[in-house]
Amino acid sequence: MTRRSITIVGASLAGIRAAESLRRQGFEGPITLIGDELHAPYDRPPLSKQFLAGDWGTDRLALTQPDKLDDLDLDLRLGVRATSFDLPSRRLGLVDLEDQSTDELIVDGLLIATGARCRTLGGTEGLDGVFVLRSLDDSLAIRAAFLAGPARVVVVGAGFIGAEVAATARGLGLEVAMVESLPQPLSRVLGDEMGGVCAEVHREHGVDLRTGVGVEAIEGDGRVERVRLSDGSVIEADVVVVGIGVIPNAEWLEGSGLTIDNGVVCDATCLAAPGVTAAGDVARWPNERFGEVMRVEHWDNAVAQGAHAARRLLVEDSEAESFVPVPWFWSDQYDRKIQMAGRIGPDDEMRVVTGSLAERRFAAVYGRADRLVGVLGFNRPRHVMRYRMLIEEGASFSDAIAAEF
Amino acid sequence: MKIVVDFDLCESNAICMQIAPDIFEVRDDDFLYVLDEEPGEEDRARVDECVQRCPKQAISVQG
Repeated sequence: MTRRSITIVGASLAGIRAAESLRRQGFEGPITLIGDELHAPYDRPPLSKQFLAGDWGTDRLALTQPDKLDDLDLDLRLGVRATSFDLPSRRLGLVDLEDQSTDELIVDGLLIATGARCRTLGGTEGLDGVFVLRSLDDSLAIRAAFLAGPARVVVVGAGFIGAEVAATARGLGLEVAMVESLPQPLSRVLGDEMGGVCAEVHREHGVDLRTGVGVEAIEGDGRVERVRLSDGSVIEADVVVVGIGVIPNAEWLEGSGLTIDNGVVCDATCLAAPGVTAAGDVARWPNERFGEVMRVEHWDNAVAQGAHAARRLLVEDSEAESFVPVPWFWSDQYDRKIQMAGRIGPDDEMRVVTGSLAERRFAAVYGRADRLVGVLGFNRPRHVMRYRMLIEEGASFSDAIAAEF
Repeated sequence: MKIVVDFDLCESNAICMQIAPDIFEVRDDDFLYVLDEEPGEEDRARVDECVQRCPKQAISVQG
Protein backbone atom coordinates (compact mmCIF):
# COMPACT_ATOMS: atom_id res chain seq x y z
CA MET A 1 0.00 0.00 0.00
CA THR A 2 1.55 3.29 -1.04
CA ARG A 3 0.65 6.15 1.25
CA ARG A 4 1.44 9.70 0.25
CA SER A 5 1.33 11.01 3.78
CA ILE A 6 0.34 9.91 7.27
CA THR A 7 -1.22 11.96 10.03
CA ILE A 8 -1.01 10.80 13.63
CA VAL A 9 -3.40 12.40 16.10
CA GLY A 10 -2.01 12.14 19.61
CA ALA A 11 1.64 12.86 20.46
CA SER A 12 2.02 10.69 23.52
CA LEU A 13 3.46 7.19 23.75
CA ALA A 14 1.40 5.38 21.07
CA GLY A 15 1.67 8.31 18.65
CA ILE A 16 5.42 8.82 18.93
CA ARG A 17 6.18 5.10 18.76
CA ALA A 18 3.93 4.90 15.69
CA ALA A 19 5.93 7.66 14.02
CA GLU A 20 9.19 5.90 14.84
CA SER A 21 7.82 2.66 13.50
CA LEU A 22 6.77 4.27 10.20
CA ARG A 23 10.30 5.53 9.65
CA ARG A 24 11.80 2.18 10.65
CA GLN A 25 9.55 0.51 8.08
CA GLY A 26 11.04 2.80 5.47
CA PHE A 27 8.13 5.22 5.03
CA GLU A 28 9.65 8.40 3.62
CA GLY A 29 6.55 10.52 3.04
CA PRO A 30 5.41 13.41 5.24
CA ILE A 31 4.29 12.50 8.78
CA THR A 32 2.23 15.03 10.73
CA LEU A 33 2.09 14.44 14.49
CA ILE A 34 -0.56 16.41 16.34
CA GLY A 35 -0.66 16.76 20.11
CA ASP A 36 -2.86 18.93 22.31
CA GLU A 37 -0.21 19.54 24.98
CA LEU A 38 2.62 22.03 24.58
CA HIS A 39 5.24 19.72 26.07
CA ALA A 40 7.38 17.62 23.74
CA PRO A 41 6.25 13.96 23.89
CA TYR A 42 6.88 12.67 27.40
CA ASP A 43 6.57 9.46 29.36
CA ARG A 44 3.78 9.16 31.91
CA PRO A 45 4.73 6.35 34.34
CA PRO A 46 7.19 8.53 36.33
CA LEU A 47 4.44 11.12 36.86
CA SER A 48 3.06 9.11 39.76
CA LYS A 49 6.47 7.98 41.01
CA GLN A 50 9.95 9.56 40.64
CA PHE A 51 8.74 12.79 39.05
CA LEU A 52 5.94 13.25 41.58
CA ALA A 53 8.41 12.62 44.38
CA GLY A 54 10.63 15.39 43.01
CA ASP A 55 13.52 12.97 42.37
CA TRP A 56 13.39 13.47 38.60
CA GLY A 57 13.14 16.62 36.50
CA THR A 58 11.29 17.00 33.21
CA ASP A 59 14.51 16.15 31.33
CA ARG A 60 14.09 12.54 32.46
CA LEU A 61 10.62 12.29 30.92
CA ALA A 62 11.46 12.71 27.23
CA LEU A 63 10.06 9.85 25.15
CA THR A 64 12.58 10.57 22.43
CA GLN A 65 15.79 12.51 22.69
CA PRO A 66 15.68 15.83 20.79
CA ASP A 67 18.18 14.72 18.12
CA LYS A 68 16.23 11.51 17.51
CA LEU A 69 13.03 13.53 17.26
CA ASP A 70 14.68 15.71 14.60
CA ASP A 71 15.77 12.60 12.71
CA LEU A 72 12.14 11.52 12.39
CA ASP A 73 11.52 14.62 10.25
CA LEU A 74 7.98 15.16 11.55
CA ASP A 75 5.62 18.03 11.05
CA LEU A 76 5.11 18.23 14.82
CA ARG A 77 2.15 20.37 15.83
CA LEU A 78 1.97 20.80 19.59
CA GLY A 79 -0.76 22.67 21.42
CA VAL A 80 -3.13 21.67 18.63
CA ARG A 81 -6.26 19.58 19.16
CA ALA A 82 -8.17 17.59 16.56
CA THR A 83 -11.83 18.51 16.82
CA SER A 84 -13.47 16.63 13.95
CA PHE A 85 -12.91 14.11 11.20
CA ASP A 86 -15.02 13.23 8.19
CA LEU A 87 -14.22 9.84 6.73
CA PRO A 88 -15.67 10.31 3.20
CA SER A 89 -13.84 13.59 2.58
CA ARG A 90 -10.92 12.73 4.94
CA ARG A 91 -11.07 16.23 6.38
CA LEU A 92 -9.48 16.62 9.80
CA GLY A 93 -10.49 19.71 11.77
CA LEU A 94 -7.92 21.27 14.10
CA VAL A 95 -7.84 24.05 16.65
CA ASP A 96 -4.77 25.76 18.02
CA LEU A 97 -5.33 25.88 21.75
CA GLU A 98 -3.24 29.01 22.26
CA ASP A 99 -4.99 31.40 19.88
CA GLN A 100 -8.09 29.30 19.09
CA SER A 101 -7.38 29.55 15.37
CA THR A 102 -8.74 26.66 13.32
CA ASP A 103 -7.22 24.70 10.50
CA GLU A 104 -8.19 21.81 8.29
CA LEU A 105 -6.11 19.02 6.80
CA ILE A 106 -7.04 16.55 4.11
CA VAL A 107 -5.43 13.38 5.38
CA ASP A 108 -4.32 10.26 3.56
CA GLY A 109 -3.30 7.70 6.19
CA LEU A 110 -4.66 8.49 9.66
CA LEU A 111 -3.59 6.96 12.96
CA ILE A 112 -5.71 7.86 15.97
CA ALA A 113 -3.91 7.81 19.32
CA THR A 114 -5.78 10.39 21.37
CA GLY A 115 -5.57 8.41 24.59
CA ALA A 116 -7.92 8.92 27.50
CA ARG A 117 -8.65 11.43 30.21
CA CYS A 118 -9.39 11.04 33.91
CA ARG A 119 -12.83 10.56 35.28
CA THR A 120 -13.64 13.23 37.82
CA LEU A 121 -15.95 13.41 40.80
CA GLY A 122 -18.89 15.72 40.20
CA GLY A 123 -19.24 18.72 42.47
CA THR A 124 -15.52 19.36 42.95
CA GLU A 125 -15.18 21.98 40.23
CA GLY A 126 -13.82 25.21 41.62
CA LEU A 127 -12.53 23.51 44.77
CA ASP A 128 -8.79 24.04 45.20
CA GLY A 129 -6.68 21.12 46.30
CA VAL A 130 -8.56 18.44 44.34
CA PHE A 131 -6.52 16.82 41.60
CA VAL A 132 -6.49 14.07 39.01
CA LEU A 133 -3.25 12.68 37.60
CA ARG A 134 -2.74 12.17 33.91
CA SER A 135 -0.54 14.89 32.49
CA LEU A 136 2.81 16.42 33.31
CA ASP A 137 0.98 19.56 34.43
CA ASP A 138 -1.26 17.47 36.73
CA SER A 139 1.83 15.92 38.29
CA LEU A 140 3.51 19.30 38.75
CA ALA A 141 0.41 20.64 40.48
CA ILE A 142 0.19 17.68 42.85
CA ARG A 143 3.91 17.85 43.51
CA ALA A 144 3.56 21.52 44.48
CA ALA A 145 0.66 20.65 46.77
CA PHE A 146 2.72 17.85 48.38
CA LEU A 147 5.70 20.15 48.88
CA ALA A 148 3.48 22.68 50.64
CA GLY A 149 3.33 20.18 53.51
CA PRO A 150 -0.32 19.19 53.69
CA ALA A 151 -1.58 17.76 56.97
CA ARG A 152 -3.33 14.92 55.15
CA VAL A 153 -3.62 13.62 51.60
CA VAL A 154 -6.72 11.66 50.68
CA VAL A 155 -6.52 9.41 47.64
CA VAL A 156 -9.86 8.43 46.16
CA GLY A 157 -9.62 5.08 44.38
CA ALA A 158 -7.05 2.38 45.19
CA GLY A 159 -6.40 1.34 41.59
CA PHE A 160 -2.88 1.50 40.23
CA ILE A 161 -2.65 5.28 39.90
CA GLY A 162 -4.14 5.87 43.33
CA ALA A 163 -1.90 3.22 44.87
CA GLU A 164 1.23 4.74 43.34
CA VAL A 165 0.28 8.25 44.44
CA ALA A 166 -0.35 6.96 47.96
CA ALA A 167 3.03 5.20 47.97
CA THR A 168 4.84 8.31 46.73
CA ALA A 169 3.09 10.53 49.28
CA ARG A 170 4.06 8.14 52.09
CA GLY A 171 7.61 8.18 50.78
CA LEU A 172 7.55 11.95 51.24
CA GLY A 173 6.44 11.44 54.82
CA LEU A 174 2.90 12.68 54.29
CA GLU A 175 -0.09 11.33 56.13
CA VAL A 176 -2.26 9.46 53.64
CA ALA A 177 -5.75 8.05 53.67
CA MET A 178 -7.03 6.05 50.69
CA VAL A 179 -10.69 5.32 49.98
CA GLU A 180 -11.79 2.41 47.83
CA SER A 181 -15.40 1.42 47.11
CA LEU A 182 -14.51 -2.22 46.33
CA PRO A 183 -14.12 -4.72 49.20
CA GLN A 184 -10.36 -4.81 48.50
CA PRO A 185 -8.12 -2.79 46.20
CA LEU A 186 -8.26 -4.19 42.65
CA SER A 187 -10.49 -7.05 43.78
CA ARG A 188 -12.54 -6.80 40.61
CA VAL A 189 -9.42 -7.76 38.66
CA LEU A 190 -7.30 -9.75 41.10
CA GLY A 191 -9.95 -11.29 43.32
CA ASP A 192 -10.37 -10.70 47.05
CA GLU A 193 -7.35 -12.67 48.22
CA MET A 194 -4.79 -10.84 46.09
CA GLY A 195 -6.63 -7.56 46.61
CA GLY A 196 -6.19 -8.23 50.32
CA VAL A 197 -2.43 -8.59 49.83
CA CYS A 198 -2.36 -5.17 48.14
CA ALA A 199 -4.38 -3.74 51.04
CA GLU A 200 -1.92 -5.14 53.58
CA VAL A 201 1.05 -3.65 51.72
CA HIS A 202 -0.55 -0.20 51.99
CA ARG A 203 -1.40 -0.63 55.66
CA GLU A 204 2.11 -1.85 56.47
CA HIS A 205 3.34 1.43 55.00
CA GLY A 206 1.07 3.50 57.17
CA VAL A 207 -1.78 4.28 54.78
CA ASP A 208 -5.18 4.66 56.42
CA LEU A 209 -6.98 2.46 53.88
CA ARG A 210 -10.78 2.45 53.92
CA THR A 211 -12.35 -0.22 51.70
CA GLY A 212 -15.91 -1.01 50.78
CA VAL A 213 -16.89 2.58 51.24
CA GLY A 214 -17.73 5.27 48.70
CA VAL A 215 -17.19 9.01 48.62
CA GLU A 216 -20.34 10.94 49.37
CA ALA A 217 -18.94 14.44 48.95
CA ILE A 218 -15.74 16.42 48.86
CA GLU A 219 -16.33 19.58 50.85
CA GLY A 220 -14.64 22.85 51.58
CA ASP A 221 -14.97 26.59 51.33
CA GLY A 222 -13.07 27.43 48.14
CA ARG A 223 -10.47 24.86 49.14
CA VAL A 224 -10.93 21.22 50.05
CA GLU A 225 -11.28 20.61 53.78
CA ARG A 226 -12.82 17.16 54.16
CA VAL A 227 -14.03 14.04 52.39
CA ARG A 228 -17.40 12.70 53.50
CA LEU A 229 -17.77 8.93 53.08
CA SER A 230 -20.87 6.81 52.46
CA ASP A 231 -20.58 5.17 55.91
CA GLY A 232 -21.03 8.57 57.52
CA SER A 233 -17.41 9.04 58.49
CA VAL A 234 -15.42 12.13 57.58
CA ILE A 235 -11.72 12.45 56.75
CA GLU A 236 -10.06 15.83 57.07
CA ALA A 237 -8.05 16.57 53.95
CA ASP A 238 -6.15 19.42 52.41
CA VAL A 239 -5.10 17.58 49.27
CA VAL A 240 -7.32 15.09 47.43
CA VAL A 241 -6.14 13.03 44.46
CA VAL A 242 -8.89 11.27 42.53
CA GLY A 243 -7.92 8.13 40.62
CA ILE A 244 -11.15 6.50 39.51
CA GLY A 245 -10.37 5.49 35.95
CA VAL A 246 -10.34 7.08 32.54
CA ILE A 247 -12.59 7.85 29.60
CA PRO A 248 -11.25 7.35 26.04
CA ASN A 249 -10.89 10.58 24.06
CA ALA A 250 -13.11 9.58 21.17
CA GLU A 251 -16.02 12.02 21.34
CA TRP A 252 -14.41 14.23 18.71
CA LEU A 253 -14.96 11.40 16.23
CA GLU A 254 -18.74 11.17 16.76
CA GLY A 255 -20.36 11.59 13.34
CA SER A 256 -17.06 11.00 11.55
CA GLY A 257 -18.19 7.79 9.90
CA LEU A 258 -16.01 5.73 12.24
CA THR A 259 -17.63 3.47 14.82
CA ILE A 260 -17.24 4.94 18.30
CA ASP A 261 -18.20 2.80 21.30
CA ASN A 262 -16.05 3.10 24.41
CA GLY A 263 -13.20 4.07 22.12
CA VAL A 264 -12.48 3.80 18.41
CA VAL A 265 -13.74 0.42 17.26
CA CYS A 266 -11.22 -1.41 15.07
CA ASP A 267 -10.97 -4.80 13.42
CA ALA A 268 -8.52 -7.43 14.63
CA THR A 269 -5.68 -5.70 12.75
CA CYS A 270 -6.28 -2.27 14.38
CA LEU A 271 -7.96 -0.91 11.24
CA ALA A 272 -10.94 1.37 11.95
CA ALA A 273 -11.73 2.19 8.30
CA PRO A 274 -9.76 2.07 5.05
CA GLY A 275 -6.55 3.96 5.73
CA VAL A 276 -7.50 4.69 9.34
CA THR A 277 -6.04 2.87 12.35
CA ALA A 278 -6.10 3.42 16.10
CA ALA A 279 -3.73 2.58 18.93
CA GLY A 280 -3.28 2.94 22.67
CA ASP A 281 -5.88 3.80 25.30
CA VAL A 282 -8.42 4.97 22.72
CA ALA A 283 -8.42 1.82 20.55
CA ARG A 284 -10.88 -1.02 21.01
CA TRP A 285 -10.30 -4.16 19.01
CA PRO A 286 -10.99 -7.91 19.12
CA ASN A 287 -7.90 -9.64 20.47
CA GLU A 288 -8.19 -13.02 18.78
CA ARG A 289 -5.82 -14.66 21.24
CA PHE A 290 -8.35 -14.19 24.03
CA GLY A 291 -11.52 -14.08 21.91
CA GLU A 292 -12.34 -10.82 23.62
CA VAL A 293 -12.91 -7.25 22.47
CA MET A 294 -10.56 -5.16 24.56
CA ARG A 295 -9.32 -1.66 25.16
CA VAL A 296 -6.04 -1.71 27.04
CA GLU A 297 -4.72 1.25 29.02
CA HIS A 298 -1.21 -0.05 29.63
CA TRP A 299 2.10 1.53 28.70
CA ASP A 300 3.40 -1.56 26.94
CA ASN A 301 0.25 -1.83 24.85
CA ALA A 302 0.59 1.76 23.64
CA VAL A 303 4.11 0.95 22.41
CA ALA A 304 3.19 -2.31 20.72
CA GLN A 305 -0.13 -1.17 19.29
CA GLY A 306 1.33 2.12 18.08
CA ALA A 307 3.88 0.17 16.07
CA HIS A 308 1.29 -2.33 14.85
CA ALA A 309 -1.21 0.33 13.77
CA ALA A 310 1.59 2.15 11.93
CA ARG A 311 2.59 -0.97 10.01
CA ARG A 312 -1.06 -1.63 9.25
CA LEU A 313 -1.23 1.64 7.33
CA LEU A 314 1.62 0.52 5.10
CA VAL A 315 0.47 -2.97 4.10
CA GLU A 316 -2.22 -4.33 1.80
CA ASP A 317 -5.33 -5.76 3.45
CA SER A 318 -4.26 -9.23 2.35
CA GLU A 319 -0.98 -8.90 4.25
CA ALA A 320 -2.46 -7.42 7.41
CA GLU A 321 -1.75 -9.24 10.66
CA SER A 322 -4.04 -9.45 13.65
CA PHE A 323 -2.88 -7.71 16.82
CA VAL A 324 -2.83 -10.46 19.44
CA PRO A 325 -0.77 -9.27 22.42
CA VAL A 326 -0.75 -10.76 25.89
CA PRO A 327 -1.40 -7.53 27.84
CA TRP A 328 1.23 -6.76 30.46
CA PHE A 329 1.80 -3.97 32.91
CA TRP A 330 3.77 -3.09 35.96
CA SER A 331 3.15 -0.88 38.96
CA ASP A 332 5.81 0.21 41.43
CA GLN A 333 4.49 0.74 44.95
CA TYR A 334 6.86 1.22 47.88
CA ASP A 335 9.56 -1.40 47.35
CA ARG A 336 7.25 -3.76 45.49
CA LYS A 337 7.15 -4.23 41.74
CA ILE A 338 3.76 -5.58 40.83
CA GLN A 339 3.46 -7.05 37.36
CA MET A 340 0.55 -8.69 35.65
CA ALA A 341 0.25 -10.36 32.27
CA GLY A 342 -2.76 -11.80 30.49
CA ARG A 343 -6.43 -11.36 31.28
CA ILE A 344 -7.38 -12.28 34.81
CA GLY A 345 -10.85 -12.29 36.26
CA PRO A 346 -11.92 -12.63 39.88
CA ASP A 347 -13.46 -16.06 39.20
CA ASP A 348 -10.33 -17.59 37.68
CA GLU A 349 -8.54 -20.36 39.52
CA MET A 350 -5.39 -19.00 41.16
CA ARG A 351 -2.26 -20.82 42.29
CA VAL A 352 0.88 -19.40 43.85
CA VAL A 353 3.74 -21.05 41.95
CA THR A 354 6.76 -19.45 43.52
CA GLY A 355 7.44 -17.54 46.72
CA SER A 356 4.69 -16.79 49.21
CA LEU A 357 2.07 -14.16 49.88
CA ALA A 358 3.48 -13.73 53.39
CA GLU A 359 6.87 -12.53 52.15
CA ARG A 360 5.16 -10.39 49.48
CA ARG A 361 7.41 -11.90 46.88
CA PHE A 362 5.63 -14.41 44.69
CA ALA A 363 4.23 -15.29 41.31
CA ALA A 364 0.68 -16.60 40.95
CA VAL A 365 -0.85 -18.06 37.83
CA TYR A 366 -4.51 -17.83 36.86
CA GLY A 367 -6.43 -20.47 34.91
CA ARG A 368 -9.81 -20.79 33.26
CA ALA A 369 -11.10 -24.10 31.85
CA ASP A 370 -7.56 -25.47 32.24
CA ARG A 371 -6.11 -22.71 30.13
CA LEU A 372 -3.40 -20.43 31.48
CA VAL A 373 -4.87 -16.91 31.18
CA GLY A 374 -2.75 -14.76 33.45
CA VAL A 375 0.11 -14.30 35.85
CA LEU A 376 0.58 -11.87 38.71
CA GLY A 377 3.93 -11.20 40.33
CA PHE A 378 5.19 -9.27 43.31
CA ASN A 379 8.93 -8.68 42.83
CA ARG A 380 9.14 -11.65 40.45
CA PRO A 381 9.80 -10.13 37.02
CA ARG A 382 11.58 -13.18 35.66
CA HIS A 383 8.72 -15.50 36.50
CA VAL A 384 6.09 -13.12 35.16
CA MET A 385 7.86 -13.02 31.80
CA ARG A 386 8.32 -16.79 31.67
CA TYR A 387 4.63 -17.35 32.34
CA ARG A 388 3.71 -14.63 29.88
CA MET A 389 5.58 -16.62 27.26
CA LEU A 390 3.60 -19.71 28.26
CA ILE A 391 0.37 -17.74 27.79
CA GLU A 392 1.57 -16.81 24.32
CA GLU A 393 2.22 -20.46 23.61
CA GLY A 394 -1.34 -21.33 24.66
CA ALA A 395 -0.22 -23.48 27.59
CA SER A 396 -2.71 -25.30 29.79
CA PHE A 397 -3.15 -24.29 33.43
CA SER A 398 -1.87 -27.68 34.62
CA ASP A 399 1.26 -27.38 32.46
CA ALA A 400 1.89 -23.90 33.88
CA ILE A 401 1.64 -25.20 37.44
CA ALA A 402 4.03 -28.05 36.61
CA ALA A 403 6.55 -25.76 34.88
CA GLU A 404 9.81 -25.03 36.67
CA PHE A 405 11.58 -21.71 36.15
CA MET B 1 26.35 -3.26 17.28
CA LYS B 2 27.10 -2.94 20.98
CA ILE B 3 24.37 -3.12 23.61
CA VAL B 4 24.60 -0.67 26.49
CA VAL B 5 22.33 -1.01 29.51
CA ASP B 6 22.07 1.83 32.00
CA PHE B 7 21.84 -0.22 35.17
CA ASP B 8 20.86 2.84 37.18
CA LEU B 9 17.69 2.98 35.11
CA CYS B 10 17.04 -0.75 34.68
CA GLU B 11 14.33 -2.06 37.00
CA SER B 12 14.37 -5.63 35.73
CA ASN B 13 10.97 -5.53 34.12
CA ALA B 14 12.30 -8.34 31.91
CA ILE B 15 10.54 -7.25 28.74
CA CYS B 16 13.86 -7.54 26.87
CA MET B 17 14.26 -11.08 28.14
CA GLN B 18 10.97 -12.02 26.58
CA ILE B 19 11.89 -10.53 23.21
CA ALA B 20 15.49 -11.80 23.11
CA PRO B 21 16.13 -14.44 25.81
CA ASP B 22 19.42 -15.37 24.15
CA ILE B 23 20.71 -11.81 24.72
CA PHE B 24 19.05 -10.65 27.94
CA GLU B 25 18.39 -12.62 31.09
CA VAL B 26 16.85 -11.54 34.37
CA ARG B 27 18.00 -14.02 37.00
CA ASP B 28 16.63 -15.04 40.35
CA ASP B 29 18.50 -12.20 42.03
CA ASP B 30 16.20 -9.90 40.00
CA PHE B 31 19.13 -8.37 38.15
CA LEU B 32 19.47 -8.17 34.40
CA TYR B 33 22.44 -9.87 32.76
CA VAL B 34 23.43 -9.15 29.17
CA LEU B 35 24.41 -12.53 27.75
CA ASP B 36 25.65 -11.18 24.43
CA GLU B 37 26.83 -7.58 24.43
CA GLU B 38 27.76 -7.54 20.77
CA PRO B 39 25.18 -9.53 18.83
CA GLY B 40 25.31 -9.77 15.04
CA GLU B 41 23.34 -7.68 12.55
CA GLU B 42 20.76 -10.45 12.21
CA ASP B 43 19.61 -9.58 15.73
CA ARG B 44 19.19 -5.84 15.13
CA ALA B 45 15.42 -5.87 14.68
CA ARG B 46 14.92 -7.74 17.94
CA VAL B 47 17.37 -5.55 19.83
CA ASP B 48 15.66 -2.44 18.43
CA GLU B 49 12.38 -3.80 19.75
CA CYS B 50 13.98 -4.27 23.17
CA VAL B 51 15.11 -0.63 23.10
CA GLN B 52 11.57 0.49 22.19
CA ARG B 53 9.76 -1.72 24.65
CA CYS B 54 11.92 -1.12 27.71
CA PRO B 55 9.66 0.73 30.17
CA LYS B 56 12.67 2.50 31.66
CA GLN B 57 14.41 3.35 28.37
CA ALA B 58 17.46 1.71 29.91
CA ILE B 59 18.78 0.00 26.76
CA SER B 60 20.68 1.70 23.97
CA VAL B 61 22.68 0.51 21.00
CA GLN B 62 25.98 1.84 19.75
CA GLY B 63 26.91 1.24 16.12
